Amino acid sequence: MQRYSGFALARHALSHHENWQRQWRNPTPKAAYDVIIVGGGGHGLATAYYLAKEFGVRNVAVIEKGWLGGGNTARNTTIVRSNYLWDEAAALYEHSMKLWEGLSRDLNYNVMFSQRGVLNLGHTLQDMRDIQRRVNANRLNGIDGEVLNARGVQEIVPILDCSKNARYPVMGASWQPRAGVARHDAVAWGYARGADALGVDILQQTEVTGFKIRDGRILGVHTNRGDIEARTVGCVTAGNSGVMASLAGLRLPLESHPLQALVSEPLKPVLDTVVMSNHVHGYISQSDKGDLVIGAGIDGYNGYGQRGSYATVEHTLQAIVEMFPIFSRVRMNRQWGGIVDTCPDACPILSKTRIEGLYFNCGWGTGGFKATPGSGHVFAASLAKGEMHPLAAPFSIDRFHSGALIDEHGAAGVAH
Amino acid sequence: MFHIHCPYCDEWREEEEFHPRGQAHIARPEDPAGCSDEQWGDYLFFRDNPRGIHHELWVHAVGCRKFFNVTRHTQSYEILETYRIGERPRFTRDNPDGVVASAPESLDDSDIATAAQEVRA
Repeated sequence: MQRYSGFALARHALSHHENWQRQWRNPTPKAAYDVIIVGGGGHGLATAYYLAKEFGVRNVAVIEKGWLGGGNTARNTTIVRSNYLWDEAAALYEHSMKLWEGLSRDLNYNVMFSQRGVLNLGHTLQDMRDIQRRVNANRLNGIDGEVLNARGVQEIVPILDCSKNARYPVMGASWQPRAGVARHDAVAWGYARGADALGVDILQQTEVTGFKIRDGRILGVHTNRGDIEARTVGCVTAGNSGVMASLAGLRLPLESHPLQALVSEPLKPVLDTVVMSNHVHGYISQSDKGDLVIGAGIDGYNGYGQRGSYATVEHTLQAIVEMFPIFSRVRMNRQWGGIVDTCPDACPILSKTRIEGLYFNCGWGTGGFKATPGSGHVFAASLAKGEMHPLAAPFSIDRFHSGALIDEHGAAGVAH
Repeated sequence: MFHIHCPYCDEWREEEEFHPRGQAHIARPEDPAGCSDEQWGDYLFFRDNPRGIHHELWVHAVGCRKFFNVTRHTQSYEILETYRIGERPRFTRDNPDGVVASAPESLDDSDIATAAQEVRA
């Protein structure tokens, strides 16, 4: 793998940047692999990367029906944070946060991780009580967090309407300074390049059309480019997980909904942090390009069309203008939707299934991007050892029968 | 934006008047206390999530406030039919074209009009 550095940049300038190596190969599928990852989004590619790098499993294929990171990886609002309430979720997301902090160096790829802080606003007394509880829980778990009053919020974001005249006055916020944003495409590309360099075959335009299962054991997958064998298969297909599960004769407690985001025309720097509000239901940050990156809730009905409803756009922008009257005349440039696989307890499923050797990593719902490195890491450990990693174990699918749910609706809420 | 026919009001209204309430035709177990954890968990949490024809429960929240069912395609978003609680769908995954074999199970127009009058009365 060609390493990226300032020196390399200068050297390639001499040849007019025409001799850069391709970032990953486009191999022909082999007949068999040790591990197959279905789904070439951030989580799948991260899984393959850590399998090869940390667990010595290099005979791995990532099978993607479209192109790398063309699904939710490229459709989210890139927010990264770890201020979840319950121990299990906090441990998983914080594991991820720690990997984020060294990710650009680890991958030798600039993922533009910017720890610009995330504010979760409170607009009611109950919001503030929940925020206090969550921040206290975070601090007990070693996760940074502060409770701010309205004045403290105003100091961080001068353009936010913190006056008493607002329809839903800002009473305060939780503040996680280590949280921030990252460049979502770069995360997929960086993991793909790293995994490829370690020998992982990334098979794009290859669709899994079925699973080869005999006597309750996975033996491989059927694809539109022929059958591929593997005794370990990890399915990391986000919004399409329900469809994949049904191909294997399984049922998941997931429902797929469109979640949309939109960006405005580029503006000069005006917002240097991330602001989210559960109560008025919207969140916003400004990209390095200058666009305001805006998101909100899911459409209430199931859907696989990668678009969102106009009613949701309207509600989202109402919330943004409620918080930031200064943006009332900003024009929106683009809008799109991603298909999120929502779980009843707003926590993911990282689990074995009743088919031996078939694993699922899904159900990240509206907030999977922030977990990309941690999810990949613990899932890789689980696939390599055949035992779920301790951080992944509480997220077994069994919890929907045992009742040991991890209810993160409060911390997940609108905050993705 | 959906344009939804409420089978009780017998009128086409905008999506904003309605709320989706998840999968339709989920029967509560007859004897909850007698259920195994498996059965109860399945009832509470496990849902169909098809890429295709799906039956959903909707409520006409700011209209007649009645619940009714919708058969909708989750990829094209086309609404194939709306029908009242207690009725069976005409369009299903096994019968995507809604071919009626024998007697139609849905009410005809005059019945809907009569029912709508009863509702209004």
